[in-house]
Amino acid sequence: MLLGRVIGTVVPAVVVEGLDGTPMLWVQPLDRQCEPEGRPIICADGTRMAGPGETVYWVESREAALTLDPWFVPVDHAIVGLVDEIKNDPPDDEPGFP
Amino acid sequence: MILGRIAGSVVSTIHHPVVNGRKLLLAERLDTAGEPTGGYVIAMDVVGAGHGEAVLIIDEGNGARQVLEDPTAPIRAVVVGIVDGLEIVSY
Repeated sequence: MLLGRVIGTVVPAVVVEGLDGTPMLWVQPLDRQCEPEGRPIICADGTRMAGPGETVYWVESREAALTLDPWFVPVDHAIVGLVDEIKNDPPDDEPGFP
Repeated sequence: MILGRIAGSVVSTIHHPVVNGRKLLLAERLDTAGEPTGGYVIAMDVVGAGHGEAVLIIDEGNGARQVLEDPTAPIRAVVVGIVDGLEIVSY
């Protein structure tokens, strides 16, 4: 799973059966200092609670569909949870291998 | 599996039910020399890894679901080991 920030919503007109009503959100992937990294992706929102501006963690590949109900749906990126707090070493605090 | 070092953790209250009661660790990825590559992954902990420790992480869904004993867990990365040492004899 990786960090992301919700930057918008997508409203599909027609979706395959099983995806009706599933929120689709634009998510900008973040690095571990929460700086944007890479191109935005569209995530299904398994929590149904995420909104623009929020920091989330998302999963890609087959596991993304497992966040949804029904889970046998064609989804490849999905939000698993909303981030309250990240505890993170600063980048220059890098002890060597033990 | 990939090699990582626990650099922090992620706290979340609204999440998929599989995250309930489990810890999410933020691990930076390490190269063969044990140096950070710049990448990271948020992984679920099942071994009790602590801050700063070098760990083994699986980043594959079937293995993760097996470890978590939940066939519908939407989790791909799981910390499955703590690394004591690392040695490369030759490439």
